[in-house]
Amino acid sequence: MSEAYRARNIGDPVAKQRAATFLGMTLTSTAALAAATDTHCPYCSLQCGMRLGGPTADAPVEVLERPDFPVNRGALCGKGRSAPALLARDVRLTGPLLRDHPGGPLRSAGWPEALDRVAAGLARVRAEHGPDAVGVFGGGGLTNEKAYLLGKFARVVLGTANIDYNGRFCMSSAAAAHRRAFGLDRGLPFPLEDIPHTGCLVLVGANPAETMPPAVRYFRELRETGGTLIVVDPRRTRTAELADLHLQPRPGGDLALALGLLHLVVADGLVDEEFVARRTTGFEQARASAMAHWPDRVERITGVPVHRLREAARLFGEAETGMVLTARGPEQHSKGTDTVGAWIDLCLATGKAGRPYSGYGCLTGQGNGQGGREHGQKADQLPGYRSIEDPAAREHVAAVWGVDPATIPGPGKSAYELLDGLGEPGGVKALLLAGSNPAVSAPNAGHVTERLRSLDLLVVADLVLSETARLADVVLPVTQWAEEDGTTTNLEGRVILRRRALDPPEGVRSELWVLRELAARLGVPEGFPADGFPVEAEQAFDELRRASAGGDADYAGISYARIAAEDGVFWPCPAEDHPGTRRLFLDRFATPDGRARFAAVTHRPADEEPDAAYPLYLTTGRVLSQYQSGAQTRRVAELNAAAPGPYVEMHPRLAERLGIADGEPVAVTSRRGRAVAPARITDAIRPDTVFMPFHWAGAGRANSLTNPALDPVSRMPEFKLCAVRVEPAQKEATP
Amino acid sequence: MTPRIAVVGGGMAAARFAERYGALGGPGTVTVYGAEPRAPYNRVLLAEVLTGRYDAESIALPLGGATARPGCEVVALDPAARTLRLADGTVEEWDELVLATGANPVLPPVRGLRRTDGYGLAEGVHTLRTLEDCARLAEDAVGARRAVVIGGGVLGVSAARALAALGVRTEIIHQAPYLIERQLDAEAAEVLRERLRTLGVDCYTGNRARAVHGGEKVGAVELANGYRLDCDLVVLACGTRPRTALAHAAGLPVATGVLVDDGLSVAPHVYAVGDCAEHRGTVHGLAGPAWEQADVLARRLSGAEPDARYPGTRPRARLSTGGLEYAAFGTVDETLDPGLDVLRLTDATRGSYKKLVLRGDRLVGAILLGDLATVDALAGAFADDGALAGHPLHLLTGGTAMTGVAR
Repeated sequence: MSEAYRARNIGDPVAKQRAATFLGMTLTSTAALAAATDTHCPYCSLQCGMRLGGPTADAPVEVLERPDFPVNRGALCGKGRSAPALLARDVRLTGPLLRDHPGGPLRSAGWPEALDRVAAGLARVRAEHGPDAVGVFGGGGLTNEKAYLLGKFARVVLGTANIDYNGRFCMSSAAAAHRRAFGLDRGLPFPLEDIPHTGCLVLVGANPAETMPPAVRYFRELRETGGTLIVVDPRRTRTAELADLHLQPRPGGDLALALGLLHLVVADGLVDEEFVARRTTGFEQARASAMAHWPDRVERITGVPVHRLREAARLFGEAETGMVLTARGPEQHSKGTDTVGAWIDLCLATGKAGRPYSGYGCLTGQGNGQGGREHGQKADQLPGYRSIEDPAAREHVAAVWGVDPATIPGPGKSAYELLDGLGEPGGVKALLLAGSNPAVSAPNAGHVTERLRSLDLLVVADLVLSETARLADVVLPVTQWAEEDGTTTNLEGRVILRRRALDPPEGVRSELWVLRELAARLGVPEGFPADGFPVEAEQAFDELRRASAGGDADYAGISYARIAAEDGVFWPCPAEDHPGTRRLFLDRFATPDGRARFAAVTHRPADEEPDAAYPLYLTTGRVLSQYQSGAQTRRVAELNAAAPGPYVEMHPRLAERLGIADGEPVAVTSRRGRAVAPARITDAIRPDTVFMPFHWAGAGRANSLTNPALDPVSRMPEFKLCAVRVEPAQKEATP
Repeated sequence: MTPRIAVVGGGMAAARFAERYGALGGPGTVTVYGAEPRAPYNRVLLAEVLTGRYDAESIALPLGGATARPGCEVVALDPAARTLRLADGTVEEWDELVLATGANPVLPPVRGLRRTDGYGLAEGVHTLRTLEDCARLAEDAVGARRAVVIGGGVLGVSAARALAALGVRTEIIHQAPYLIERQLDAEAAEVLRERLRTLGVDCYTGNRARAVHGGEKVGAVELANGYRLDCDLVVLACGTRPRTALAHAAGLPVATGVLVDDGLSVAPHVYAVGDCAEHRGTVHGLAGPAWEQADVLARRLSGAEPDARYPGTRPRARLSTGGLEYAAFGTVDETLDPGLDVLRLTDATRGSYKKLVLRGDRLVGAILLGDLATVDALAGAFADDGALAGHPLHLLTGGTAMTGVAR
């Protein structure tokens, strides 16, 4: 362990001792620095660097600036700053909970009893219904170590094919399109610091001003240095307000829009012929697709006037360098993979990929959205972003695990399919769920909640009693960010290190410990190594490195010491003397022939378009002061004060037609359910569309309405678009 | 057995059907028989191929997994035997037949259009329906000084604009009192005419061409009023007529077009889509409705939605080419009905004209010309059956909330 690493690390006993001496005292900044732990925010995929000092009068740690970390250079949003509120004992779980019989209350229990109950329940279901009746549902917020061992636990101990995670609801469409085009899926192929240097940036269905505020600095810098920002969003978001040009298509229009821009790039002679010839394949088919999307037709499909399309095509096509970044807006559709493919086509046709300051990227969502999808908690993958169907991959991973390759199950069900089948014949009967809250965040959440209730055994590991945990038979309280070591991989593909700054409460354990204990109770295959489920994160990471070696997401050369010393290491990093890969594809793309592949795609309607009975679009999204299902942020007073509850955003003309006043409760109804929330009237939204944030449970749960139609490739549900009708709630209530 | 689907005609509707059928996972094999020597392309873009904005090669359309048989003209159909015969005498079998034969340009009753031997058009006289037409016209336009376009509808205006862009002084002769009279009103047409004038196109409306003079090579067009326009080129843009001869000869029901029901069915196992089809008394002759029909038929025949129905297409006219921009919806002539009101905004300086036709608080028609900022809001209002909330002025000014380039 290097000296530099030791000095920055609160795990060091000396530093810890020093921290303890400040208990109860007001810290000076010098003192804070001396006792500080350098770590990262528990929330989004930026994984902003932060420094934890403290304790303070209100919390056991205090969030301080960490100005030397390059991603955020000290800046934090309200979510990150208020994260210590979740360390308080009264908002979190501090001991296991058990339900003695269905419908009974959750009661406190000791760890041995809870673990015995879980192991016995899983074993019974496995014995009665076979291993695939036991399922695992993970999360994109789990560290790489947890995600890796959860996947290993599912395949080795449970022997089930059915493990998937909520990242399926997050980045899966971009991931699929990325792999199809470039042969590799990493959120950004370049570091964030490249963004201000590009000529023209197109943000498609991304609202970083609310979802990752510290990133906004890069967009501002871009404009200050003369670059152009184009934002595509059906709403005039805070991000759209920063733009030079805002295109406001109707929901579901992004695929046609991208093809329309590609069409104009062809028409206006802005194709980079040399690049297309040298570094790509399939242009002619993509061009033919674009020819089927001529400007008048695209205007008709998207609602974006032709002159705006021309302006956007010219700005992007004529720029020397350019980037397209997508987020959930274009991705969470039953055509999400094709939509992202079309935006990648636009980059490829104009030579804006695989070159400095150019390329396509995805703004991943969850804290470890990137790493969480690389190491084996996805139904079809093994660590290192390997395919579970590839014999060589199975052999490699089996060797690291010390098992027979033949015992590793094949691909399982995707997230929604897994949830949809819970308790059904042939479906999962016992589910182990970690780091996710599908009772709020899954599409068609009313139905999913019913499915969760129908399980023989639901085990939830979480730090708070989420809506999903409330449904569980066993709730296991687990450690959170400031209480554990572990790596995450941010949207840049930068592997970073979270450090333990304080001890968890007495009754709280890490997921790694839980997995080891369960493995011990359930039994492991003969010959399985004794330390096959390490409790120390660094030991787990070292095994992950070996498992990922040679895969697409190769972490072999990354160590805790290097991460600390280098402000994170970018994968792929195949050897300890390899510098890591900050910028991908500069020489070649990761396809067998080194060329990027155009996608030949065509606009198609959403699974459910508005009609006479459900005449409006509903689109869903996020607000600044809440995060995902709200399980964490809804427990923080200052965040609730800023964003107290759900609402239905609608245009004043729509409100007038429906006879709805600002603040009045409105009922939103789809074919799947109903939600009630106050109207928020603004001309920032299209008159044919209403918007609801999805962070809340209960009557205002947006996901009661959403459509679980899946993308055929990525299995992403259509969160961003369904057909609804809207009426004043009082009027509707009186028959 | 894998169903064999024969598509007769290789135009836009054919391409769309083939592509969608494949994309929807249709189990059959699709063969597209086209008389033209090349695989389907986007005909909407021809005027801009003429200006050189698009290469002829670059406007090919996707076909999915279908087999294109360009240069294979179908000359006879036998719906009972489920066969078709090609020009070379080959007989091919099919299980389902899709007629997408399109339309032919209408030749107006003007003397001297044809060659003296009666075959084909006289030298210098052109239509603009195919890429071959386009190539010939482009070749002729090199070195031409003056052109006359007979017909002032959308195609005539687009063709004239394209010729002017190539440096050929161009005149439009149009029989109706004003340009594009099916979609615009007189005031809009006047603004358009002014715009055309600045682009190098003059218009003679309320005039009819009587004869084309010149012998071997066209030299002038004589108008009904005796006036003579000297020219090296004539382009005929007098509309199109559905190609129904094959269907007619096969005993299939034909009126103006091949008659289809809401399922686009003509007879058992025979369907028609696009410019050749007549649905509820309407032959659309536009790419938008043709594609909607092709989409519906692909959903039916692929099995994705066997009961899909084509409900018809609301008329919506749109031109957005080389400095000419307009959109027209619904009923634009308020003089037809005393119950209609009009809201109009004209800006001569910026060359824009905008008009709403209203019945009470419902929108029944609209024209936007020169300034299309509110085109999306208007389309939205029409999608809502014209129901309006509040004052409709927002449909003429502002548009949906879109910022321009700020710097």
